[in-house]
Amino acid sequence: MLEIITAPISFFILLSLFFFGAVGSLLLRKDDDSANIWGSFFAITGSLWGLLFSVATIISEHIAAFVVKGSPFPLLSLSFNIDLLSAFFIFIISLIALFCSLYAIGYVRHYYQKYNIGALGFFYNFFILGMLLVVTASNGIFFLIGWEIMSVASFFAVIYDRDDQENVKAGFLYLVMTYIGTAFIVAAFLLLYKFTGSFDFAIIKSGVGLLPVGVKNIIFLAALIGFGVKAGIIPLHIWLPAAHPAAPSHISALMSGVMIKTGIFMMIRLFLDILQPIPIWWGIVVLTIGMISSLLGVLYALTEHDIKRLLAYHSIENIGIILLGLGSALIFSSLSMPVLALLSLVAALFHTLNHAIFKSLLFLGAGSVINQMHTRNMEEYGGLIKYMPQTAFFFLIGSMAISALPPFNGFFSEWLTFQSLFQGIAILDSSMRWLFILTVGALAFTGGLALACFVKAFGSIFLARPRSVEAAHAKESPSSMLFGMGALATLSFLFGIFSSQVTFLLEKVGRSFTIFQNMPVTFLAENNQGLMVKNGFASVSGLAFLVFFAGVIMVVIFIIRRVVNRRQKTKIGATWDCGTDLTSRMEITSTGFARSIVLIFKGILKPSIQHEIEYHDSESRYLPKQRTVILGVSDVYKTYFYQPLHTLVHILSLRTKKIQSGNINTYIFYIFITLLVVLFATL
Amino acid sequence: MTIFIWTIQFIFIPVVSPLCAGIIKKIKARFQNREGASIFQPYKDLWKLLHKDEVISRDASWIFHSAPFIIFAVTIVVGANIPLFGLFFNNTLTGDMLIIVYALSIGTFFLALAGMDTGSAFGGFGSSREMTLSALAEGGLIFSLLTVALISDTTNLFAISSSIFGQGQHFFSALLAFSGFFIVLLAETARFPYDNPDTHLELTMIHEAMILEYSGKRLALMEWASANKLLIFFALGTNLFFPLGLAQNAYTGAIVAGIAIFMVKILIFCLVIALIESSMAKFRFFRLPDLLLISFILNVIALGIIH
Amino acid sequence: MAVGKKIENKVKKLFRGSLAIRQIDAGSDNACEQELVALSNSFYDIERFGIHFVASPRHADMLLVTGPVTRNMAEAVKRAYEATPEPKIVVAVGDDAIDGGIFKDSYTVLGGVDSVLPVNYQIPGNPPTPKKILFSLLNILENLDKKPVILK
Repeated sequence: MLEIITAPISFFILLSLFFFGAVGSLLLRKDDDSANIWGSFFAITGSLWGLLFSVATIISEHIAAFVVKGSPFPLLSLSFNIDLLSAFFIFIISLIALFCSLYAIGYVRHYYQKYNIGALGFFYNFFILGMLLVVTASNGIFFLIGWEIMSVASFFAVIYDRDDQENVKAGFLYLVMTYIGTAFIVAAFLLLYKFTGSFDFAIIKSGVGLLPVGVKNIIFLAALIGFGVKAGIIPLHIWLPAAHPAAPSHISALMSGVMIKTGIFMMIRLFLDILQPIPIWWGIVVLTIGMISSLLGVLYALTEHDIKRLLAYHSIENIGIILLGLGSALIFSSLSMPVLALLSLVAALFHTLNHAIFKSLLFLGAGSVINQMHTRNMEEYGGLIKYMPQTAFFFLIGSMAISALPPFNGFFSEWLTFQSLFQGIAILDSSMRWLFILTVGALAFTGGLALACFVKAFGSIFLARPRSVEAAHAKESPSSMLFGMGALATLSFLFGIFSSQVTFLLEKVGRSFTIFQNMPVTFLAENNQGLMVKNGFASVSGLAFLVFFAGVIMVVIFIIRRVVNRRQKTKIGATWDCGTDLTSRMEITSTGFARSIVLIFKGILKPSIQHEIEYHDSESRYLPKQRTVILGVSDVYKTYFYQPLHTLVHILSLRTKKIQSGNINTYIFYIFITLLVVLFATL
Repeated sequence: MTIFIWTIQFIFIPVVSPLCAGIIKKIKARFQNREGASIFQPYKDLWKLLHKDEVISRDASWIFHSAPFIIFAVTIVVGANIPLFGLFFNNTLTGDMLIIVYALSIGTFFLALAGMDTGSAFGGFGSSREMTLSALAEGGLIFSLLTVALISDTTNLFAISSSIFGQGQHFFSALLAFSGFFIVLLAETARFPYDNPDTHLELTMIHEAMILEYSGKRLALMEWASANKLLIFFALGTNLFFPLGLAQNAYTGAIVAGIAIFMVKILIFCLVIALIESSMAKFRFFRLPDLLLISFILNVIALGIIH
Repeated sequence: MAVGKKIENKVKKLFRGSLAIRQIDAGSDNACEQELVALSNSFYDIERFGIHFVASPRHADMLLVTGPVTRNMAEAVKRAYEATPEPKIVVAVGDDAIDGGIFKDSYTVLGGVDSVLPVNYQIPGNPPTPKKILFSLLNILENLDKKPVILK
């Protein structure tokens, strides 16, 4: 039975479900409702099938590697290799796509009569199809085709709401950055082709000894930059905070939760699988990038008052955390410590899964709120917990998960990452130990700052009094949207409680790698109650914590309410306002909340403050009519990195333009010179 | 018998913590040459508050209503999972140092949310300051606990307490880590020089600002939880860094001796804190991150010189 | 010494050993505030009886109002009263708070706290000395279990 589910034909059914969903949605574009239903139905069915397929593959450990005959080009072979890592990523894609599609049924109604719903369904389904191709392709060119499908489909999704010019500009920036990344990826693949003679991953892997050391390092850097652009590492991240907010929320959730992970997938595939053995400095570079991305990501998130930009910066932070796990895996594998490398890899994979779940939950929640408020500015929200109680509850669970609070899933993947870094400090020698100590510091600070940021986000959006008229008129979302969010919240909780079972499966995924094949000892003990690392260095159990906590809180409530406090009454009154009327202007704003932290880190963030005063009477300076204060954060990357690059390229092209004189005689002269040079070169 | 011992482990922190707060106030009063309230005064305060009515703002949501219960439950759960007087609790499920640190963060999370919930200006900026300090203190806390964890080659708190005294060669490292831990303790428990627990000026409040809207039994739970947190940090400080006199096995004599020695160590801690509070002023808010950075650096040095 | 002992016993029995006081300045000339602040110094030391001052009316059991209630402070005093949970006691301290004192019949004041709040007890004096305030608090706490009486 499992063989049938994991057969190649089953994978083609999976791909075709999304294909039919895309095509049919476009054909039905005249009728908004049926296009929405058709597209969503096929996406949901495809996701369910994908879940079944991937879980069956992981449980049965049945690897499907096959080639579709009949490719018209010699170098492009339509070969798929669905091993356990690919199956795990198919699982993540399907899981998130399932709930985003459910959410979309209710959410897309806001675009009826405004834009073409059929086109949205088309691009949405092709986007998922592209991602599935990316994680299963086993040929370089075929991989690039899938990569292109994914990028172009998501580009059209980003500019979907094209009435707002900002979205179109964001889409353009996204397109440019994606193509820069793709250029680096193409360069890496071309170099691999030159030295191993094929684009096929399996052949490259067996021929990796043919690569000279210098070339291998260049391939590493090119692949790091290329896939790093997609993953959103600092300083290649500038498209992320622009593009993720611009897209419709369910696509933002997919982009932020899953698409950036495809960059991580290829990094794992290349660095831990294909290009092994690797020098130690690769791991050091990845670890450092992870450190910088996580710290700077969360600091920039603190400065934001646009809710989707805040969540986008948190994605950068979590990618940084995943790279911490990946980097330490690379370091351990290059030092021939496969047990620890497997621990770090499992931490990275677990965090990938967890982040996909809680980040999409947060984006879907943000989408619900933005639908009601028609603005992304958090300064105009407030008090929504009374009008949208279920959305608030799910957003609270997402916030607790991303801040790594037990018993939700974020805590356990951060725990595993911490443990792998602790092992590094304990075992490695002095120079590497300092790097790992700094990394633990970065991770500890990141966790604390993320908690602060989500207190700010949740507090500004849902608590206190409404800060604008629209907030008081908000209504709860329709049930399909609530169902999508609720399911993700439940998953977040369940993956936390049953983290040991999940880690067990992830260890199986990790062991499928060649470098981990002959490892006798594992770090997970046999007890299924909790996670345990290496001879009792550390162990933790989510279920026990939950039981403890729930028991204690029930006892406390019982004692306080029934035994101690039986005759006392509770009166509802006004907030204590010291005698003045409290308006919504007196509540803390999200900018104000984070301003202390921004000022503490002003060396990195470079905050700016601008005053403008308008007077009643232009001669007298004593009666101001209006005073404006603009608090900002300067964009360091554009100023110091991209702008100089842009200026350099511009100047170079201006210089080169001098060759084009417009005079046809000069051009004939150029051709003559070139002919002479070529003749002499071949002699 | 084991049920009896487990009960003591659970209720030790909530029962003893108001006494701790009372002792600190009494010593401070003595330094000010006055008599001061009795050391059992906090118990009377809590008893009175539990029997008063409440007034709750109409802008508050279920988070405000439920936060005191959650925060109090968190302190009891954490208190039951750290070594207090006995090392024989074989707690491999929830005795890990990271889950203790992050469980305390649950309390901070809900406290900050409750401060923002009523929409008063004081609660909002109290939450902002609290989250700023808590974010920076967490690094120092994890690092100081990590130092002793690496010295004892385990992150389980009970195992750390049992084995750290065998590592005499790491004494200096543990001492540096303890000084870093002490700075973080002052931050997390809202003591001088971070916060003045007796202040009446809202502009200088951090922890008090978030509970200004609470009354009656919820206020009692919040104050009690804050005292619990103080005692939890004292317990971590004494039993992870100076684990003298902890009961190795569950004999009555060993347990009684363990409790007595623990109380003596707590008394010394209370004396030190009262000394600090009586001899210095609260720092300006933007000087506090420098202090936390010092704690971080001390811990990094302690980690580096282990081997 | 005898005075001190008496308050302590009473506080223990009646307000269960702990009293939280919130002091409201309803337009006072600060004379009474200075005497009230003196209660917390090491000479009078009101804390040894379990009485302490709190910052928020939500935390308070007793509201100590000073000053003739000026028009601007009337609303604020009322809100502070409503923000205090039951059971609560209102005490007017100083001649100004009792009937307007030296500001009586002025156009800016409403003339005494009992024009805005139900006052339980009064402590006369302009300003009353800290010892007198302590003594009066003793009187109040002794009479707590009896029906509240306005002491003229």
